Order: sequence, then C-alpha cells, then structure tokens
Amino acid sequence: MLDPAMARRLRDIVGEKHFKDDPEAKVAHSYDGTPMLQSLPDGVVYPDSTAQVSEIMKVLAEYRVPVVSRGSGSNLCGGTVPVQGGIVMVMHRMNRLLEVDMDNLTATVQPGMITAAFTEHIESLGLFYPPDPSSMKISTIGGNISECSGGLRGLKYGTTKDYVLGLEAVLANGEILRTGGKLMKDVAGYDLTKLLVGSEGTLAIITEATLKLVPPPAGKKTMLAMYKDLYGAARTVSRIIENKIIPATLEILDNPTIRVVDDFARLGLPRDMEAILLIEQDGDPEAVERDMEAIRLICEAEKADRVEVAQTREEAEKLVAARRSAFTALARLRPTTILEDATVPRSRIADMVLRIREIADKYGVSIATFGHAGDGNLHPTATTDARDAEEVHRVEQAFAEIFEAAIELGGTITGEHGVGVVKAPFLEWKVGASGIAVMKGIKDAFDPHHLLNPGKMFAGETRKRVVIDRG
Amino acid sequence: MRCGFCLPACPTFRETGLEPESPRGRIALMKAVADGIMEPDKAFAEQMNHCLGCRACEPACPADVKYGQLLEQARDAIEDHADHSLPAKGVRRLFFKDVLPHRSRLKWLGRSLSFYQKSGLRQVARGTGIMKLFPPAMREMERILPEASGKGVVDRIGTVVPAKGEPIARVALFRGCIMDVLFSETNVRTAELLAEAGFEVVIPDNQVCCGALHAHSGELDQARGLARSNLDAFRDAGIRHIVSNAGGCGAQLAEYGHLMHGDEEYAELAVEFASRVVDVSQLLLGSGRLPAFTEQSGGVRVTYQDSCHLRNGMRSSGAPRQLIRQVAGASFVEMKEADRCCGSAGIYNVTQPEMAGQILEHKMEHANATEAAYLLTSNPGCLLQMKLGVQKHGDPAAMKVMHVVDFLHERMGEPASLSAAGKQG
Ligand SMILES: Cc1cc2nc3c(=O)[nH]c(=O)nc-3n(C[C@H](O)[C@H](O)[C@H](O)COP(=O)(O)OP(=O)(O)OC[C@H]3O[C@@H](n4cnc5c(N)ncnc54)[C@H](O)[C@@H]3O)c2cc1C
Ligand code: SF4
Ligand code: SF4
Repeated sequence: MLDPAMARRLRDIVGEKHFKDDPEAKVAHSYDGTPMLQSLPDGVVYPDSTAQVSEIMKVLAEYRVPVVSRGSGSNLCGGTVPVQGGIVMVMHRMNRLLEVDMDNLTATVQPGMITAAFTEHIESLGLFYPPDPSSMKISTIGGNISECSGGLRGLKYGTTKDYVLGLEAVLANGEILRTGGKLMKDVAGYDLTKLLVGSEGTLAIITEATLKLVPPPAGKKTMLAMYKDLYGAARTVSRIIENKIIPATLEILDNPTIRVVDDFARLGLPRDMEAILLIEQDGDPEAVERDMEAIRLICEAEKADRVEVAQTREEAEKLVAARRSAFTALARLRPTTILEDATVPRSRIADMVLRIREIADKYGVSIATFGHAGDGNLHPTATTDARDAEEVHRVEQAFAEIFEAAIELGGTITGEHGVGVVKAPFLEWKVGASGIAVMKGIKDAFDPHHLLNPGKMFAGETRKRVVIDRG
Repeated sequence: MRCGFCLPACPTFRETGLEPESPRGRIALMKAVADGIMEPDKAFAEQMNHCLGCRACEPACPADVKYGQLLEQARDAIEDHADHSLPAKGVRRLFFKDVLPHRSRLKWLGRSLSFYQKSGLRQVARGTGIMKLFPPAMREMERILPEASGKGVVDRIGTVVPAKGEPIARVALFRGCIMDVLFSETNVRTAELLAEAGFEVVIPDNQVCCGALHAHSGELDQARGLARSNLDAFRDAGIRHIVSNAGGCGAQLAEYGHLMHGDEEYAELAVEFASRVVDVSQLLLGSGRLPAFTEQSGGVRVTYQDSCHLRNGMRSSGAPRQLIRQVAGASFVEMKEADRCCGSAGIYNVTQPEMAGQILEHKMEHANATEAAYLLTSNPGCLLQMKLGVQKHGDPAAMKVMHVVDFLHERMGEPASLSAAGKQG
C-alpha cells in the first residue's frame, strides 16, 4: 500500500490521469517479456517531461519507495518486474524526437520513442541508425540503451553502446545529470555515458539521449544457406569470419526453429534442413557482390545443401522479419518457452552449438538454438511446461551448464539481454568477486538507498558453480 | 508468452499507448482474474468491452495465441455475473433474444424501418429534433442506414438459383440477419454473381442468425443455440460450400467447430460444417468461372477496407483485392493500414463511441489519401462505418462506399435476371 499523501503528491505532479493504483494498472505492469515471473507494483506513473521525472524522484526518495523505469516491458531478464513492489514509471509519454542534427549526424530523442518508429524516421531522412533488436517494433530507445541491446546487424555495426553519444538522466535523489554530447571525442573524466548504457535502470532514469547516425549503405543482398548438418552450418560461421569477411547479418536457425518460424510466416522454408544461415551483406554494391560470392564458396565448401539469394527486397525483408519472430514462434511447441542468451568468441561458435546439443541430451530436455551466430551470440531456447516442476528443474540444470560451457569457451552469460533478476545469480561467474565489489560501489554512489530497480543485477547470493536449483 | 509482438497491431493500444489497452495487457488481466489475483470488477468488464474484438493481434502473434477465444470466454464469464443496468438489459434482451434469432421479427423490423424511412416519419423525427434524445452515435447511424426492406433475399428470388452454364457445384448462401434486412439487394446480387460464375445456389429458408454478436458479447449459450439451428438447416449433403458475404458472419460460421466443441450431438457436424464455410470472393476466385468485369465509365480508382473478421478470422485478404484488380478499367490503390479495424466492430461504435470515433478519423485520413472513387468492403458493419466516415470526414460526392459484390455485379455486363427464375424448391 502506498502512503496516500505520497500518492496525492504524485498525482499533483503528473495530473490525475497519469498516476494509477487500481488493480488493472498493477496487473498490467507486473510482468515483462520474461516467462514465469510476476510481481505487482503499488502504483504506476506516466511522466511527460524530465522535470516531472525529477519531481517524482524527489518524492519517492523522501518516502524511500522503489521505482522501476519501464519502456515497453519487452526485456527477457525480468528487468521490469517490480520484485519489491513500489512504483513502475512508464516512459511511453516521453516519446518525442527532439532534433535531428544533419550537420553533426546526431539525433536527440526521448526515451519512450519506439525503436522502429525512430529508425524509420531516420531512414526517411536518408540516414541510418544500425541497432535493430528483434523486438524493435515494440521496444523503446530508453529500453535499448538500458539493456545495451544488440540486433541482427550487431556483427558489423556494433550494438547500442556504439551509438550513444550523450545522455540526460535523473538520479535517485531527483537531480538531473548530463553526460557526453554531440561529440565524437570526449575523455573528460570517467565515461558516465557508457556506464549508464546497459545499467538496466539501476543507476539513473534516462530522460533524453543523443545518438550517432551514419550514412546508409548503398546496396544490400540477402542469402539463405541450407544445411543437412548443424555443425557444418556453425563451422561456416567461423570460417566466414576467419576469411576476414564481416557480413552485416549472420544468423543461424536450427531445425525446430525453422519449422515453427515457417508455421508462422509461411515462407516455405526448407523444413527438412538441420540448419539454415541467414546472411546479409551491405555496402558498396560491387563489394557486396564480391563478399557474397566468397561467402557462397565457403558455404559450399562446408557442404551446404543449397544456397539461395533473395531476388527482391521484399523477399529479403520477409526472411529477416521471420527470423525476428523465432523466439515467440517457438512457443507453439510447448506451453513454456525459456530463452537464454549465451555468447562465445566467434571462432568457438561451432563448439558451442555442439555443447548445447550434448547438454540438452544429457538432461533430456528439448532446446532449440538460433541466434546472432556471426557475433557469437546464441539463443538456446528450451521448450517446456512450467507445470512440470521436475522438467523445469532439469531445464535449469541444463542452462546452468550451458552458461558454464560458454564461460569455459571464453564467453559470457549474456550477450544482449542483460542480467536483471534471471542472470543475477550468475553474474559473479563472469565478473568475479572484485568485479561485483566495484559494481556495488558504483551502485552506492549513484543510488545510496537502492531505490532504482532494486533486486536486479545483484543477487542475494551467487550460484555455486556446481549446479543447484535456481532460487 | 508475453513478447509484445501483438502490441503494434492493436488499434486500442495504438490510440492510447496503455498496456491494459493492449492484447498482452488484456490477456494478463484475464489470467489475473482466472488466477484470483484480481476481481472481475467493473473496470475489468470495461476493459474487455474496450477491445474491438478485431483480432488483429492473432495473425501478429508468432506463438499462435488464440486471443479471440480467450476474449469470448472472458466475456462469457463477465456475463455470468453481470448486473446490467435495466435499460441496457432491455436492449440486449430485445436484440439478442427477441429479434436477431427470429426471421419473422427481423422482417417486421425491416418493414418498420422501411416505413419509418419512406413514410416521412424520418423527416418528422429529424425535424422535431426527437432524434436528439438518442445518443449521438445512434443518431449518426440513423442517418447513414440504407433503405431497409421487409423483403429478404428468399422473398425476392426464391430458395434455389440455377447455375449459368454447366454447374460447377451446389453451394448454399448464408444470408445473415441484419444483412438480409438492410442489404437484401446485396444478397440477391451475391446469388446472381455466384450463378453467373457457375454455381447452383440454394438459400435454406430455415437458417438463422450466425450468433457472432451473441458470442462476442459473452452470450455463448445463445450462440450455441443458433449454431444448432444453422447446422440443421445446412445439413444437406449435396452442398459443397456455405458461402458468406459478410466477414463477421463468415468468421463466426467458420468457428462453429470451436464453439460446439464438446457438444455430444453436434461437435462433429460443426467441424465438418466449419471446414466448408467460404467467403464469396474466395469462392469466386478459387473455383468460379468469372465473367469479364469491365468498368463502363472509363478509369476509376478503387480502394478496399478489410473486414477484420474476414482477414484475421478467415485469413482472407487476397481474394477481394484480386477480384477488384480483375475489373478492366479500374485501378486498385492500396490504402495505408487497410488491415486496421475501422472501429465498427459489431456494435462497438454504439457502445464505445469515443474510441470508435478516434479510430474512424484516422482511418479516413488514409482513405482520403487514396483519392479513390470507390471504397469497397466485405462486411455490412464496416460498410456502414465507412459510409459514416465518408460523411463525417470525407466527400460523399467523390467517394462511394460499396460492398465488393455490389461493385462487381454492376460491372459484370448483362446481369442474369433471376427474379424471373421465380420461386423454386
Ligand atoms: C521477441 C523478442 C526479441 C528480442 N530480441 C532482442 C534482440 O535481438 N536483441 C536484444 O538486445 N534484445 C532483444 N530482446 C529484449 C528486449 O526487447 C530489449 O532488451 C529491449 O531493449 C527492451 O526494450 P523495452 O523498451 O521493452 O524496455 P523494458 O523491457 O521496458 O526495460 C528494459 C530495462 O531498461 C530499463 N529502462 C527502460 N527505460 C528506461 C529509462 N528511460 N531509463 C532507465 N532505465 C530504463 C528497465 O528498468 C529495464 O531494466 C527481445 C525481446 C523479445 C520479446
Ligand atoms: S499474444 Fe502473442 S504476440 Fe502478444 S504477447 Fe502473447 S505471445 Fe506475444
Ligand atoms: S482484438 Fe483488436 S482491439 Fe482487441 S486486443 Fe486484439 S487487436 Fe486489440
């Protein structure tokens, strides 16, 4: 229950309509894209300006009430589940594109703007903003920044962090912080911009961002390579990189994924193949031709069954859109879908694919694999049934072992989805005890009373490397 | 699964940006009620009523979540402990129980409406300002209602219409309830068009309302009762297809299998029936012998507004467009977001005038941008809504709103005069 006096003050700041504490609002903000997690907040607030966010934070700090900032709630790590109750702050009303600076090639945008709406607008101006998480039609720029989202183009163009030049953010005490700017170079002190990118709403609330834009590529080609052998497909990925070709997109889908994606998108994908690679190259048309030809030869050398080039832009876009639906489409198979996000160095992708297969077999669970193979980022996805506690337990054991395998191969526990609640028990595996200590120190400096997205990133207890139940 | 892919497809989410106004939000609310986290209170019922039921969220969902079925169950549960205010109860009772299911009463309604429209009573009503007593949404609707009739399709052309030339198959026409009062001409033309394309058309006179409005409003028992009557009426084994010319009805008929699931006597029959339901455009294009459609007056621009239930329920959006493209001399222009609900959605424009009005305004921006002379639809509700839209936000002199069938019929050259065929069978 919220203190009625505090609720009154929040209403005064945002207006009667934009603070809600009825059951409907609470239920509708008790979850995000993560399966099996839910917790009700005590209230929901929809600010419209930085000033309002600042006022709200002053009130919340006074009453020591926690706050979860929320874009579209599409994250997959429990990042916006209000595990300790408190207030959910929805950023949707702050969705304006404030400026496109054609001289400096930057855009300044509010955090609630939908990613796809932003990129469409930028492209209509003849410019390009490369980060493209598969959720871009729903996710917000603020959510992308806070999770440091990557996408299908991450391999060649990098991820969100490579495009954030400056931020405006509200601190836990309501003060407004500005970092960076329209600068390509800036080494004045610690890089607070980069620190806030990927901070998952635990350090400050982002209220404005200045993003880097680039010129669009002149040409683009899309290719599907189909394999009877999953390992061959994975090896192709490593071989392409070894040959010093960096495609714009290099995605892998295994057989179960191909089937469900085809059920949804009805593209006539080859359902009998063990794996397909979706490959795109962009840039100068001649270079694109050359690269695609070289890639085709590599695919064939690795025993691709068929290699096809999309004939039209439309066909290519359909393929890419279909790939973006993979995670959700897998939900057709079983009632519960648990997607993970292990990443390894690109040369180890084939090893990792094999390890995932072995581990799935060992625990007798079904795990489909797809992902941004080109940047080493795989999404092993278990299809299971939350009502079968014993099976879910085996799935968890399998995933713990998959993370362990990833770290062994020089990888990490999450490549783009963030830590949130889900990966918190594993964070120390990756960053070590000293890493955790430094991170906790930073958290205390920004947010001494732990009001910002509490319960995320740092677990009460780290999971032992010998697999036990995920708490 | 709560990925949120359905959010951008949802008109009410688009208008408000609020999670509870989205498919994902509504499903979460339904689940919370089912799990006992939340009471099915008035706010919950209101949120469920805010949903257009357009089901645009279904094709958008990669996980194949059957939102329409969830919504029906939720509304049924609300209906079970709803205490409607008295007047609302009266109106619902009147429509759902006393009028829609009964042929004779529908005819009576048609005759009275026709009398009202033709007798000068309409002028009197408008003149005296008596219409002001009705809510504005109803008043607007009254203005655009087409000339009603007490004479349905069977009264006009009988129950059997022979095929032109070698018959391809025997098909049955589903004439609808409101459709047959307000648009009986369209029903006649549907039969004529089908006959022209080589189908023998039967129109069983004992068929009743499809039950879509009942099912969508949570009156599932009544919907099942109607389904039983229709299953009996169309039992004839010689009928290859049951043809619908109203997207909403067609989608409901195609869901009889789901509706009657678990019914000892009818379950199997319903599945078989549902598999034979087809929209008129689909059938014409798929297996008909099409006449050469030509535009008499030279070139015209034509655009098409999808019926949500046809598109999202029956997954048919290509056939009507392809038919329009076949009309020589007409050029088809796609309207932006043609796949988005127009706000009509059954009786939504009457029950939720504010949201419906907003949606319609946006729809008309796109419709006007096409500069089409014809705006075609495949469903009576959408047709009326688009007429209203053109009247409020467009230019009725420049843009005609028509059913696809009427448009094609006008362009099929020498129409087969079927009234002469008389009443048979
Ligand atoms: C089908 C599907 C596909 C996906 N594909 C990808 C993918 O390809 N790549 C990828 O990286 N991710 C992917 N994701 C994950 C997710 O979409 C991204 O993490 C996305 O960036 C989240 O955006 P959002 O607006 O929904 O943020 P939310 O989920 O609402 O929030 C995410 C985090 O950001 C914080 N936050 C949000 N706004 C602010 C703000 N203004 N200030 C401070 N903190 C804030 C929240 O507190 C939370 O910790 C996918 C998710 C789904 C469901
Ligand atoms: S209904 Fe489908 S699209 Fe919508 S959130 Fe659920 S799984 Fe995603
Ligand atoms: S049926 Fe239409 S209005 Fe209702 S949730 Fe689905 S998309 Fe939204």
